[in-house]
Amino acid sequence: MENLDLLMQIYVFVLAIFVGFELITKVPPTLHTPLMSGSNAISGITIVGALISAGLEEFSVSTILGLAALIFATINVVGGYLVTDRMLKMFKKK
Amino acid sequence: MQIVSYLVYLIASILFIFGIKKLGSPKTARQGNFLSSLGMFLAVVVTLLDQRVISYEYIILGIVVGSAIGSILALKVPMTGMPQMVGLLNGFGGGASALVAFAEYFKEADLGITFEISTLITIVLSILIGSVTFTGSLIAFGKLQELITGKVIKYPLQNPINIILILAVIVAGVFVVLDPTRIDLLYGIAGVSLLLGVLLVLPIGGADMPVAVSLLNSYSGLAASMTGFVLSNNMLIIAGALVGASGIILTLIMCRGMNRSLMNVVLGGWESAGGDGGGTSAGPQGDAKSVDAEELAMILDSVQSVVIVPGYGMAVAQAQHAVRDLTNILEKKGINVRFAIHPVAGRMPGHMNVLLAEAQVSYDKLFALEDINDDFPNVDVAIIVGANDVVNPAARHDKNSPIFGMPILNVDYAKTVVVNKRSLNVGYAGIQNELFFYPNTLMFFGSAKEAITKLNNELKEL
Repeated sequence: MENLDLLMQIYVFVLAIFVGFELITKVPPTLHTPLMSGSNAISGITIVGALISAGLEEFSVSTILGLAALIFATINVVGGYLVTDRMLKMFKKK
Repeated sequence: MQIVSYLVYLIASILFIFGIKKLGSPKTARQGNFLSSLGMFLAVVVTLLDQRVISYEYIILGIVVGSAIGSILALKVPMTGMPQMVGLLNGFGGGASALVAFAEYFKEADLGITFEISTLITIVLSILIGSVTFTGSLIAFGKLQELITGKVIKYPLQNPINIILILAVIVAGVFVVLDPTRIDLLYGIAGVSLLLGVLLVLPIGGADMPVAVSLLNSYSGLAASMTGFVLSNNMLIIAGALVGASGIILTLIMCRGMNRSLMNVVLGGWESAGGDGGGTSAGPQGDAKSVDAEELAMILDSVQSVVIVPGYGMAVAQAQHAVRDLTNILEKKGINVRFAIHPVAGRMPGHMNVLLAEAQVSYDKLFALEDINDDFPNVDVAIIVGANDVVNPAARHDKNSPIFGMPILNVDYAKTVVVNKRSLNVGYAGIQNELFFYPNTLMFFGSAKEAITKLNNELKEL
């Protein structure tokens, strides 16, 4: 059963990579920098794992690691989205 | 409750996908970024409501500190510093993935849960990829910020050492899977991976950093996916896979733009190639014709079509605004002005477009290499500002040139080529540019900002 779960996750991973390739090849070169910083912010999704570890009931090594992970991931998420928005605001057509 | 969480995670995944889809056009891009951040917000909120999250002190602390640092970085960084910024953020993302994998290991060990083999494998992979991304990105940041020399740093037995380190991680990983109590080996894997990140990025030259940053971007995505496997969370797997794909595509675009294989870049080949071929310059040498601002203004006054080719030198000289003014002046005279942007014109994919957008150049005037190259024979004047290797015709015909085969902008097909440069010095690749000595080329000497401003003043007087 457990192996089947893993297999399903691998399915999701492989299909998501295909979706990624399809989507990203359609992004014009003009927007490649915001694409990079914006997708960078998405990779901060590990924030979800960090939250669970940092919020455990009992204080432990996991809490400390979770806190460090949370700070890193939050910098990644907040910094990534803000800087992407700052750039995209400048793209104007006269 | 669990089901609600998973449904919200699904919605977040869909928002990430739509967010990237909307990046397909400058008109909808900002909205796309908003959708993506909304997805992230929903994912965070629903996680906070998770029953396993009990104490909130550390969470509040972490979010406040992280948001403060992230906001300051995002609002302060100059547009020229964007590659460093993205490099640094990659590193934080990778570091977070490695730390979460460690935390998950300790959590399950404390609870006395028997580890699944698949969990152990993905914990090892998360730590490996996350740690390499972390230190690798810090080195990339250091090189781009010029805290570390941008030169190719080669060390003895470079490849054997890296291969041995990777093998060591794999062997240690196998032992951890066989005996999950071996925390010492897990620390070892982390240590070796951190070292590996340093050793892998150190040999890459400063001019090749765009490739390194793109590649590390891909790694940070893969690290997030691996963490998704550890936590059995499909949203992390999907989000990470999207970023992984994005980073790989951008990496390959940059490599193609330089006509280099990924291996060649990663092993730090460029500078050595340039060094070897440094003195050998084929094609016409000798006298280059120069032009001053007044003459150039008169030439420009009577043409119909101008293409400006900006290179990173323009950004270094902070000449974007002067170039924007030049565009406006020429357009007022009824001249068609376009920009031709080489894929490796800036310090990261699309960097030059951002720098020009900041200077308020309309994005519909920016053309990619493949969209404008066939049109150069119809162009009256091509003005090159701070670019060199990407307009060197030797790439088309000189088999001995280190840049042979690299796609270039065919500016030499324009009726007149104007090259703004401080001197006849060589470019990044360390090779002389025969374009400077072509009969239809005029050298417009001077540092970009001053020279273009002077040209603008002359044009206004006409």
